Amino acid sequence: MAIEMEDVEHVAKLARLKFTHEEMKKLKRELDAVLEHARVIESIETEGVPPTSHAIPLVNVYREDVCEPSLERDEVIKCAPWAGEQGFMVPKII
Amino acid sequence: MEFETVIGLEIHIELNTSSKMFCGCSTEFGGEPNARACPVCLGHPGVLPVVNRGAVESAIMLALALNCKISERSIFHRKNYFYPDMPKNYQISQYDVPLSVDGWFDIDMGEYERRVGIVRVHLEEDTGKSIHVGESGRIHGAEYSLEDFNRAGIPLAEIVTRPDIRSPEESSVFLQNLRDIAVYLGISDCKMEEGSLRCDANISISVDGKEGTKVEIKNMNSFRSLRRALSFEEERQRGVLNAGREVKQETRHFDEVGGETHSLRSKEEAFDYRYFPEPDLVPLEPDKEWTNDLRAKIPELPQEKRKRYESALLLPKEISSVLVGDRALAEYFERALTEGQDPVELGKWVSGELLALLRQESIPVEECRVEPSGLANLIKLVSEKVISGKMAKDVLREAFDSGERPEEIVKEGGLFQISDENELVGVVDDVIKENPMAVSDFKSGKEQALKFLMGKVMKKTRGKASPEEATRILTERLENQA
Amino acid sequence: MKEEILGKKAIEIADMIKKREVSASEVTGLFLERIEKLEPELGSFITVCAESAREKAKEIDKKIDSGEKVGRFAGVPIAVKDVLCTKGIRTTCASKILENFVPVYDATVIERISEASMIVIGKTNMDEFAMGSSTENSFFGPTKNPWDKERVPGGSSGGSAAAMAAGEAPWAIGSDTGGSIRQPASLCGIVGLKPTYGLVSRYGLVAFASSLDQVGPMTGNVADCAAMLEVIAGHDRRDSTSIPAQRNEYLEGLTGDLKGMKVGIVSELSGDGIDEGVLRCFRLTCEILESLGVICEEVSLPNFEYALSSYYIIAPAEASSNLARYDGVRYGFRARDNADSVWEMYEETRTGGFGQEVKRRIMLGTFALSAGYYEQYYGKAQKIRTLILRDFEKAFERFDILVSPTSPTVAFRIGEKVDDPLKMYLSDICTIPVNLAGIPAMSIPCGLDDGLPVGFQLMGPALSESLILNVSFALEEEIGFDAKPQTFRA
Repeated sequence: MAIEMEDVEHVAKLARLKFTHEEMKKLKRELDAVLEHARVIESIETEGVPPTSHAIPLVNVYREDVCEPSLERDEVIKCAPWAGEQGFMVPKII
Repeated sequence: MEFETVIGLEIHIELNTSSKMFCGCSTEFGGEPNARACPVCLGHPGVLPVVNRGAVESAIMLALALNCKISERSIFHRKNYFYPDMPKNYQISQYDVPLSVDGWFDIDMGEYERRVGIVRVHLEEDTGKSIHVGESGRIHGAEYSLEDFNRAGIPLAEIVTRPDIRSPEESSVFLQNLRDIAVYLGISDCKMEEGSLRCDANISISVDGKEGTKVEIKNMNSFRSLRRALSFEEERQRGVLNAGREVKQETRHFDEVGGETHSLRSKEEAFDYRYFPEPDLVPLEPDKEWTNDLRAKIPELPQEKRKRYESALLLPKEISSVLVGDRALAEYFERALTEGQDPVELGKWVSGELLALLRQESIPVEECRVEPSGLANLIKLVSEKVISGKMAKDVLREAFDSGERPEEIVKEGGLFQISDENELVGVVDDVIKENPMAVSDFKSGKEQALKFLMGKVMKKTRGKASPEEATRILTERLENQA
Repeated sequence: MKEEILGKKAIEIADMIKKREVSASEVTGLFLERIEKLEPELGSFITVCAESAREKAKEIDKKIDSGEKVGRFAGVPIAVKDVLCTKGIRTTCASKILENFVPVYDATVIERISEASMIVIGKTNMDEFAMGSSTENSFFGPTKNPWDKERVPGGSSGGSAAAMAAGEAPWAIGSDTGGSIRQPASLCGIVGLKPTYGLVSRYGLVAFASSLDQVGPMTGNVADCAAMLEVIAGHDRRDSTSIPAQRNEYLEGLTGDLKGMKVGIVSELSGDGIDEGVLRCFRLTCEILESLGVICEEVSLPNFEYALSSYYIIAPAEASSNLARYDGVRYGFRARDNADSVWEMYEETRTGGFGQEVKRRIMLGTFALSAGYYEQYYGKAQKIRTLILRDFEKAFERFDILVSPTSPTVAFRIGEKVDDPLKMYLSDICTIPVNLAGIPAMSIPCGLDDGLPVGFQLMGPALSESLILNVSFALEEEIGFDAKPQTFRA
């Protein structure tokens, strides 16, 4: 089962990336190749095997509810590509 | 066709921890935009989240209060979607293994009780705020938006109910009850107008017991708008069904001004949250000891308190509602109660006179200058007929303003009620002598005249005459004259 | 003097500075001189911090002269992969999207090397966001392999590896998600260690795949590697996945005594798919091990076959989420301010700001997590991860450590694999299982094939850094690898 062009378009939209039609076609081929390779894992019996998201199991790591100083406001904003005095500016949302 | 309204709520409560969910920034409300942000809550490259223990404790207490089971192991997930108020473009939330599941809560609808199932209580982080800049100040028509990340990362408890709610009224009562619980637990101030309590709803109409299509309603910013939005939506869906059409599954926004819900469609938004376990955090495994400690910290909750007030203290419903509706007021009442005065009388004063003064001056009860014991003593003086109820009100006002103890004010001002028969007879006789017109009016049957004469008696005694005694003596003397 | 310093171990240089045989300023000057001379051709660095390094060196010299307390490796320069945040020094991850990004905080690792009074001499080149095995995917252009300028240094920490091999720094720091320390170490003939997941703090390491990333030393020799690990390892409360373990005295553990040890040769990684010349060096090294009193036996870890597939689902999936934050709002590159909507701005910024390989992996990872595919890909890959972990556990019941070649090939030619992602991904075939299992592994040079270095990989159970360092130490002595790339003599 190869992935569909529609999938590639949907995924590009989710990832907020834009491609030309040619690039899409190339991407589809490349993704297909990698996924084809990945498909060997589909056939493997994993019934009853728990998933591992961390190889080194730790639990209950907390910080105490204590305030620490925030950044100075101009330090927050100085990294921004577009900012007013108050903060970060973005083009309109709708 | 038999219609039944089916509602489930999804509620977000901002927890009032000192610091944010995953970093040490303060959670204080308001302030200059972006003044409470750090690399972590701004999602700078390389930063990592660390769970705030206080937030977990708050959420566990809430879950316990809603009779939920605390999961032996729960994990955080990432919910991935782009939005400018989300620093990382994913929200750390909980998904299929939440902090707690399977609770319930009964709401009292007066005529009946409704048990509302709780699917889950889980933890997540809040987003920042987009401030739309442009002529309208609203999202539509804005030229650009300003992003403020002060709120980004504040801990939220999310409560999801089962679709057990049957009317907009029940929704509102449930939400009020939930708010009261959170306030009693001290985990949130739950101010809808400040956004520390937010509610979305799923509403459908089942037809002859057959499940209907769910519509999600957002943007209900007050208890009133919750009721209005759901009533509107209830009617709208019934109308659609009555017309033989189908309800569309969608998300609708409530428009406060028009009182209507509107379909919210945005071609830009793609919904596929791609949840996966947050690799930067490790599982939460609260042990029994911790959970038990937290359970022990839960105070008497509003529902139990109301029941106790009404059955053990015999408070009328109106009074118990007022007292229980405000945790601090109830605490005040209970402290005053330890002085041994009649609970009903005390309840009346706290929920009546005192509350009126507090509201008038916009003073929170915690800052009230009249001590609970002072109020109790004042009431004691009334019940012992040392002063009249009218005098007590004046004394309370004075104590409220000056901070002096009521019993001191009574003592210093010599404000003892005159109930001594001889003294009162003298005053009454003087009044009768000085007001022949009124006396003759009384004799010709004008009831008003008695009140006028009583006023004169009170004036002569500077309000100290015991009203009951003075009335008795005045009537007696007038009738004897006849 | 000059040649003498450049050829010395970092810990020896530290001693000389402490004893005031040479000043930190002199040392820093020497390395900066070398960088200046080699960089135009080599391209190991994205940013050279000449000024701040000289200043810091002066400060340290002043302190030493006045008898003030200084850190353990005072005045020794270090090259840092441009994936670790350095306050006030731009940190690009070799991406256009962070081309001018100057962090407002230091990574924990940077704090620790500063506490040791080491001097950051520059930020090294890498594959963009550490995605790659050749350092060709850098917005700033590729790094050359000092052994052959037509070839890649490996990747993604190719800049750190090349800088080390060319003598531009006494030691360097890299990061390893699927082999990004070990593979370039192998291709450049240096020592590289990927620590146990959680041993070194990830705070301030720009995330690629959070459950796999680790920071580690890249050095000229095993002793330096142990010494640097002592500096950077240890619990960090800002990293929830940081292990609250006792800190090890790694240098002390270098005894060279291997008697009675059992070493497993991983069958799956020492046969098919590995170049002949690499295998030859590998087998010779195993024989050397035996000569040191070690018992070597073949062992099969059958699920390794699926490691690459599992990795190329998990890593891109995590990356697709980690890289969502580069959106042109709070920092970094933005396409233009006058976009019609924020959505358009996102697309233009991300499309213009990320390179091809990064976009490819974001697409792959987004797809693997998308509705309807999660269980089939990500869910399954996580289970394979469990199987690989169990393979390791079983093998470590019988063997103290496991060995394999580090890379299936020696350094390949620039451009050779860049258009074939799958072929490129296969360069990590020997290193990936270790990341999936979170265990430590290191690569040491074990010989030359056709004049190019070959790496020998040692893998141990979680937190067995002392053990694999000690085996490496003994091997290093015995192998006596002292070949130097041609540029070193330039």
